[in-house]
Amino acid sequence: MSGGVDSAVAAARARDAGHDVTGVHLALARNPQTYRTGARGCCTLEDSRDARRAADVIGIPFYVWDMADQFHESVVDDFVAEYAAGRTPNPCLRCNEKIKFAAVLDRAVALGFDAVVTGHHARLGADGLLRRSVDIAKDQSYVLAVLTRDQLDRAVFPLGDSTKAQVREEAAARGLAVADKPDSHDICFIADGDTRGFLAQRLGEAPGDIVDGRTGTVLGQHAGAYGYTVGQRKGLDLRVPAPDGRPRYVLSITPKTNTVTVGPREDLAVDTVTAERPIWHGEQTPVECDVQLRAHGEVVPAVVSVEDGRLTARLRSPARGVAAGQAIVAYRPDPGGDIVLGSATILTGENLTGENAHPAATSGTGASANG
Amino acid sequence: MTDATYPLAAHGISFMTMAYLDHAATAPMLAEALDAYVAAAREIGNPSSLHAAGRSARRLVEESRERIAAVLGARPSEVVFTSGGTESDNLATKGLFWARRGADGRRCRVVASAVEHHAVMDAVEWLRSHEGAVVEWLPVDQAGRVNPAVLTDAIQAHGDEIAVISVQWANNEVGTLQPIPALAALAAQAGIPFHTDAVQAVGQVPVDFAASGAAAMTVSGHKVGGPVGVGALLLGRDVAATPLLHGGGQERDVRSGTLDTPGVVAFAVAVEAAVKTQQEHAARVAALRDDLVERVRAAIPDAVYNGDPVDRLPGNAHFSFPGCEGDALLLLLDAQGIACSTGSACSAGVAQPSHVLLAMGADDDRARSSLRFTLGQTSTAQDIDELLAALPGAVERARRATAWKTPRQS
Repeated sequence: MSGGVDSAVAAARARDAGHDVTGVHLALARNPQTYRTGARGCCTLEDSRDARRAADVIGIPFYVWDMADQFHESVVDDFVAEYAAGRTPNPCLRCNEKIKFAAVLDRAVALGFDAVVTGHHARLGADGLLRRSVDIAKDQSYVLAVLTRDQLDRAVFPLGDSTKAQVREEAAARGLAVADKPDSHDICFIADGDTRGFLAQRLGEAPGDIVDGRTGTVLGQHAGAYGYTVGQRKGLDLRVPAPDGRPRYVLSITPKTNTVTVGPREDLAVDTVTAERPIWHGEQTPVECDVQLRAHGEVVPAVVSVEDGRLTARLRSPARGVAAGQAIVAYRPDPGGDIVLGSATILTGENLTGENAHPAATSGTGASANG
Repeated sequence: MTDATYPLAAHGISFMTMAYLDHAATAPMLAEALDAYVAAAREIGNPSSLHAAGRSARRLVEESRERIAAVLGARPSEVVFTSGGTESDNLATKGLFWARRGADGRRCRVVASAVEHHAVMDAVEWLRSHEGAVVEWLPVDQAGRVNPAVLTDAIQAHGDEIAVISVQWANNEVGTLQPIPALAALAAQAGIPFHTDAVQAVGQVPVDFAASGAAAMTVSGHKVGGPVGVGALLLGRDVAATPLLHGGGQERDVRSGTLDTPGVVAFAVAVEAAVKTQQEHAARVAALRDDLVERVRAAIPDAVYNGDPVDRLPGNAHFSFPGCEGDALLLLLDAQGIACSTGSACSAGVAQPSHVLLAMGADDDRARSSLRFTLGQTSTAQDIDELLAALPGAVERARRATAWKTPRQS
């Protein structure tokens, strides 16, 4: 229970369903004192109190579990290392994979619990299929698609058939004080929202070249490649205008040479995505389906194959801002909610067939918070 | 159970419906104390007012002061009422430090045991960080006891720089008793004010302020069957303390604030009852505790019994259960209606390894794997039966649950 409205209502629904429910708030900051003033972090003392009060109102026991060490190791350190490697991590996805449905789940099962209930907006019904929430704007299936069959079998998502507005309404009706608490959008461990500053503090300055992707000409310098994201247009601070006068975008980041490559918008387009560490739920491939390439990103039709620990997607229409480190999630469209077929971590996005064909354009869009 | 009676909770959770093994956290209120509280709360009158209602309230306060003084070996004027243990500890450590350093600028050292309650420990740390105090933590042995020779050394090294010494009477976690008269005598010989936090000791072991030789002693209401929110600092007549709270000049000008007449009255009733029945109470709960310890050791052979095996609070049993997280055990026992504690609660609810066990030489794992069971007036043999019915299964589960600490391989 984060202290937010979703997990509070999820806990209440699980209890109403007749389960023996215990509320758990995760302490994720190594030193809670340092988060005391960071009102935007998701593990402030105030959030802990809100979660406790919700548990009181629901009438369930409540405990705080200290997962700070695991969280730092699996999520925060990973976040920094991924940026350092020129990739764009999704820390919420990583937290689901390594903390909520791993460390927390394992501990809970050992203590005699059967499942972990969360307030994620996604559907997981009796058929065991993970589907998008009825509230498409709030859908979180993208950051849950990383869960394996075993993890899903121990997961309960009671909110998937409700919109956020309905959840808030229900919270108010239940007398939960968090009913009108604002949504959290930021990365919970970067309390001030300054991702670039957070990374700079940990990775230090690492000046390098900004290079034109077509000509190879050095156009300027950067203070650290981790500060750039694929698709970024603003803040390049290039003194030399493009020959055609049109804006330039970050196309890729190459940690090996500490280079940021830029070019015109059309060079962002990719039609083939290769990804590693697939979690696949059994559908025969190749399969015609939809793919989503970033949290709340556009959905494009594709042909997906999974083979030898690699997932390959040939996109029916090009996508832009495809970043290594983000997840590609495959969905089968379904009137009962699009069904998650599987997911994998993006290695490369390439343009193999289009007019502006370019192999292996990858890396860094902004990290997405979608807890 | 003794002859004393305890009111049943009107709703919610009562010590009658669960095995309440956390008396050191807070003890049930004595029925007599509650009655006295309610009776006094019906009356109007500020004890500082000069009219008849004020005099009537003042009389209740002064009678209470006399009752507490009489049973704790103090003069009535030495009883300074406060809001409880934390305030008394803060007033003693900061107040004695300020007064002594004010009188003699060289005295900027504070000496305290490494196993103090946070109310002393954090107050002393504050003196270090905000008042420039030099702090010396007295080490303890494996049982958690301060060897008087350690204090002798500290006094010989810096005796003329020490402003205040503070060592608790009995430890709130592991129950170990400190040699207070010996320590207080060393301090007195060196002319240094000595404070002892006796919150856990009153009613459990004989406590006599005058005989102890301490300059100041902390007492709390809710650990002895009185209400929460009231306590006292026994402060020797000739001991100077700078106040924390300024205002109307109540309580010898050391502690301003309108006196809580009902709280003080109920506090006195509880302290008097606790001290008068101390001997038989201690014998009864020690027998229960010994039974608990023996049965826990038989059920969990590798459990480590922490603290001094003999020289400890009669109602305290403190164990480490190797391979378990204390907070996992607490959750599992709580689910079966058994209330105990992992140590001192923290504001964020996150269990920190106990500084007491670490000071006693325990490693981090042993410190994190500990549970405290504390018995009191309402404890029965049935409570221990219930604990022993649940504990072995809980330990087994908690041991399995420590696997979560090993990160999953992807």
